[in-house]
Amino acid sequence: MIPFSDIERDFAWAVLDGEASVPGPLVGKSGRATSGKTVTRSFAVYQNNVYASLIDALASRFPVTARLVGEEFFQAMARIYIGCEPPRSAVLLRYGTSFPDFVVQFSPAGSVPYLADVARLEWAWHAAYHSADATQLTLAELTEAGPDAEDITISLHPSLGVVRAPFPVVTIWQISGREGKDEPTQLPDGGEDALVVRPKLDVEVRRLPEGGAVFVLALKGGATLQEAASSAMQEAPAFDLKANLAGLITSGAIVSVR
Amino acid sequence: MDQATAQVTANGVIAQNLTGNGPMPSRAGVGLKPEHYRDILDASPDIGWFEIHAENYMGDGGPPHAYLTAVRERYPLSLHGVGLSIGGAGPLDKNHLARLKALVDRYQPALFSEHLAWSSHDTVYLNDLLPLPYMEETLATVCAHIDEVQEALQCQMLLENPSTYVAFAETSMSEVEFLREVVRRTGCGLLLDVSNVFVQATNHGFSASDYLDSFPAEHVGEIHLGGHAEDSDDDGEALLIDDHGRGVADSVWALYSRALSRTGPKPTLIEWDNDVPSWPVLFAEAKRADAVIADRRSNRVRVSA
Repeated sequence: MIPFSDIERDFAWAVLDGEASVPGPLVGKSGRATSGKTVTRSFAVYQNNVYASLIDALASRFPVTARLVGEEFFQAMARIYIGCEPPRSAVLLRYGTSFPDFVVQFSPAGSVPYLADVARLEWAWHAAYHSADATQLTLAELTEAGPDAEDITISLHPSLGVVRAPFPVVTIWQISGREGKDEPTQLPDGGEDALVVRPKLDVEVRRLPEGGAVFVLALKGGATLQEAASSAMQEAPAFDLKANLAGLITSGAIVSVR
Repeated sequence: MDQATAQVTANGVIAQNLTGNGPMPSRAGVGLKPEHYRDILDASPDIGWFEIHAENYMGDGGPPHAYLTAVRERYPLSLHGVGLSIGGAGPLDKNHLARLKALVDRYQPALFSEHLAWSSHDTVYLNDLLPLPYMEETLATVCAHIDEVQEALQCQMLLENPSTYVAFAETSMSEVEFLREVVRRTGCGLLLDVSNVFVQATNHGFSASDYLDSFPAEHVGEIHLGGHAEDSDDDGEALLIDDHGRGVADSVWALYSRALSRTGPKPTLIEWDNDVPSWPVLFAEAKRADAVIADRRSNRVRVSA
């Protein structure tokens, strides 16, 4: 009698490793014993279910990444990622957080240098979609709280994410995410930083102005308004505190001040 | 474990209440899909209930919870887990059980169900319902896991018969014998997936009718119907794949009617999870199941009159 834990282990390995042979001892139709070989096509259903469902899950949360390289390339890339980093939780909506890092290292995708940046933006979008909810602060409430006080600390929306990219990632994401054929578009020079936030039901993606990413990331890290502004000014001397603060409020990114 | 309580509603429908969270009508329901959130909330269609895959609602917030909350205010809910790995050799994931309990507390489902299958090995989650041999060892493990689930969720659960593509030499009892013994030892109920019976009967070469006729019908709390794909095995014989990617086949509708004749009217789910159709198409499948239930009910009335 083979313990079930051994059967389960062999089965799981054979499913994950497409090259592995069918685990024994399986039986074919009507319970007649087989050498194992004759249930290959049947066993392959499991291999296909596992990989196809996980590839679908990745394709659904990285749709623009997939479009940029084409379905066939994306599926091959996703399959390798799944083999290297299979899900570790039954909560599948968390799966894929390390996919952008995998894309960076995936040399066949090297001809699309911004691919990993787009993947990071898409993961931020996905994370924002499922993040905790919170009520945004209005401009009136912020004024009341004393926005001139520079030692105030700002709590940002739990859905908020910042993606910094050496490529114009927001523009690429917007153009490539549209259905149908696009007119050729001149991509802006230099990188773009994205602010991703879901104030209510819709995830919003905006370009951050110069210094904005440093500013928001500092606030997110718990810095006071003054500290965050001076960090931003170190990177971007022309950093405009009022404009950036107004941008955060209209994005619905601020939840409270204290 | 508390047995299911039953009550007769105004229209004479026997309603079951397994979790203590209100009645589940013996009507058709469908899986709640994001594609249909707006259709459902705009039109409030006359459908008995909705089922959700628990794992799709384990995020912290956002549109899934907002829409589910709105849908739940209008309809009864069935909570269907796909990731607990009840049939696995290892221990249940306590964190996952806690997440399920949080969903039960928040959404007050009338039913909770899971599968006779495993989906995790060690720390890896395989995202598929994988098969197990039916033998004393796995029977003891499955029963211990179900005890743990029912204790954690404080309700009776329904265990679903699987669709499988291979069988194990280690198997020493039939699936129906296995399920019957699980029910006897744990007090759980059963979710009878008629499509899985049809798929398995074809794949393993047994009679679907015999399977249904021997199934412990008195313990069935819910029925599933779903579409399947056709392929062939290495011998060139039919290999059916339970892909939930199309409408329910006529042969499965016939088996459904046969199953209802033994179980009586039961909450019946149309499973259509891949290539999800437009709302009217899915709703039409549910109405077809409702018609079969109504037909069964009127036959019974005629017989008893």
